[in-house]
Amino acid sequence: MSGPSTYNPKSGFERWLDVRLPLPRLLHDTIHTFPTPRNLNIWYTFGGILTFCLAVQIITGIVLAMHYVANAGLAFDSVEAIMRDVNYGWLIRYMHANGASMFFLAVYIHMFRGLYYGSYKAPRELIWIIGVLIYLLMMATAFFGYVLPWGQMSFWGATVITNLFSAIPVVGNHIATWLWGDFAVGDATLNRFFSLHYLLPFIIAGVVGLHIWALHVPGNNNPLGIDVKSPQDTVPFHPYYTVKDAFYLTLFVILFAGFVFYAPDFFGNPDNYQPANPLVTPPDIVPEWYLLPFYAMLRSIPNKLLGVIVMGGAIVTLVFLPWLDTSRVRSCRFRPLMKQFFWAFAVACVILGYCGSQPVDAALGPVPLVWLARLASIYYYAFFWLILPIVGLIETPKKLPASIAQSVLGDK
Amino acid sequence: MAATTSDAGTTRRDFLYVAAGAVGAVGAAVAVWPFIDQMNPSAAALAMGSTEIDLTPIQPGQQIVFKWRGQPLFVRRRTPAEIASAKAVDVSTLPDPLARNANLPETALANDADRATKPEWLILKGVCTHLGCTPTVSTPQIPEGEYGGWLCHCHGSMYDTAGRIRKGPAPENLAVPPYTFLTDTRVKVG
Repeated sequence: MSGPSTYNPKSGFERWLDVRLPLPRLLHDTIHTFPTPRNLNIWYTFGGILTFCLAVQIITGIVLAMHYVANAGLAFDSVEAIMRDVNYGWLIRYMHANGASMFFLAVYIHMFRGLYYGSYKAPRELIWIIGVLIYLLMMATAFFGYVLPWGQMSFWGATVITNLFSAIPVVGNHIATWLWGDFAVGDATLNRFFSLHYLLPFIIAGVVGLHIWALHVPGNNNPLGIDVKSPQDTVPFHPYYTVKDAFYLTLFVILFAGFVFYAPDFFGNPDNYQPANPLVTPPDIVPEWYLLPFYAMLRSIPNKLLGVIVMGGAIVTLVFLPWLDTSRVRSCRFRPLMKQFFWAFAVACVILGYCGSQPVDAALGPVPLVWLARLASIYYYAFFWLILPIVGLIETPKKLPASIAQSVLGDK
Repeated sequence: MAATTSDAGTTRRDFLYVAAGAVGAVGAAVAVWPFIDQMNPSAAALAMGSTEIDLTPIQPGQQIVFKWRGQPLFVRRRTPAEIASAKAVDVSTLPDPLARNANLPETALANDADRATKPEWLILKGVCTHLGCTPTVSTPQIPEGEYGGWLCHCHGSMYDTAGRIRKGPAPENLAVPPYTFLTDTRVKVG
């Protein structure tokens, strides 16, 4: 789909530039004439939405760093000063804090879309794997950022997450000490987390460039999951998808603004408005909502090392997805059996999230939540390592349409 | 030039390439180390002091939390019933049979006498050996966990009245820090 360039420099300056730094050619070919399947639906607008989220986090973050002090004695008060004294500081901080949640909301929709329509299948394996890398970088960035306000949840979240590394045999404790720069989470830890929190978004931006580059070689997948066969199957990216992306971005921004202005602490934890206290752990440590499913896996296993392995393995598993799915058909639209397993998987993730949000000894009626979390964890792993390989072999897919154009336009 | 050509056909120049490359690689590796080691605790963090604690205000059945090396330190004055319940446990049935006592050899077993040198005074680092939370103390009025010791609310680890792990994900008993009794009512930790 990334065929020969159709760029035609018009002015003398454009011709001069084209043989020196062909940036206009690159932009013309990638965001103007880029041939895009004509049947992309709402779920394909989240790539653009995610780019917007990254930009919002970087811009608001740079501004916040002008007022924030990365010192264990001053950090909490400097965040309060941002909220009360800095002009529009409350707005910028609430945009940044809620922006993180919006970012993860969009990335989860983006990932489930890829899963449903088989966007990870050949020849798009690397797009998916680079995406998993971006997701990992996002989690690291979000974790570092959550530590910075130096409230109770910041401090104890940092303690629990860094202690995960102490589960590694022999060298684990040394790694934890190395991460802390002390014998517990403290000032040294806060400083380095701030440094890394500032660095990682720019790394993410670079890896996003690779993600888009890899996307532009085979071109977009589409809800039918069939290949583009003729120019009839596509429309130019601009104006068709720039406008579609802009429309859904507007709806997304309305949701975002709704949280920022009407429920700015909806995703937050009240405990984080208490300054960090190394002597008192809050009664219930809860990570941010977007990490809850993995946290539930960790808690459901009564063995330290095994719990950490199961939690980390849940993410590492995603890397192998392109080769675990044995089906020849990409889209779940034509996979009646896999469609059901897909929705069960989505439900399992929600159940895990719910279990992770509840106290450790909670129960749902007679069922202890820890058992519910165990069942959902087993399904999570089974979905990737058993269901995907087996269903791909035994399932009879529905008949695929002859082409995208025929499916959209009928036999005209 | 016979002197620069060996039998295998490698030249003096080949050798110089490999040698220079190897020295460069070692140099680069050496240059990385300061950037890794700078993250380890600094001299200031290593120079941690010790704490002296006055035991007189602590009542039987009470635990007081002190701060030692930036982390919580539990000093618990155990009741005779708590000591008896800790002594009644068969060490071989424990998930972690080792004493984890910095004052004793690493192989010492977790019988109650090796967890608390003076049975009345149980002195422990208040750091759950699972993921580092501070466990909550259990009292007869407000029980925490099933073993009368501590419950870690983060992930549900339960400790008994000698601070030994009994149930939950924590792999080790609560650590006993190095301490010495200066008098019957003063203890120096660290």
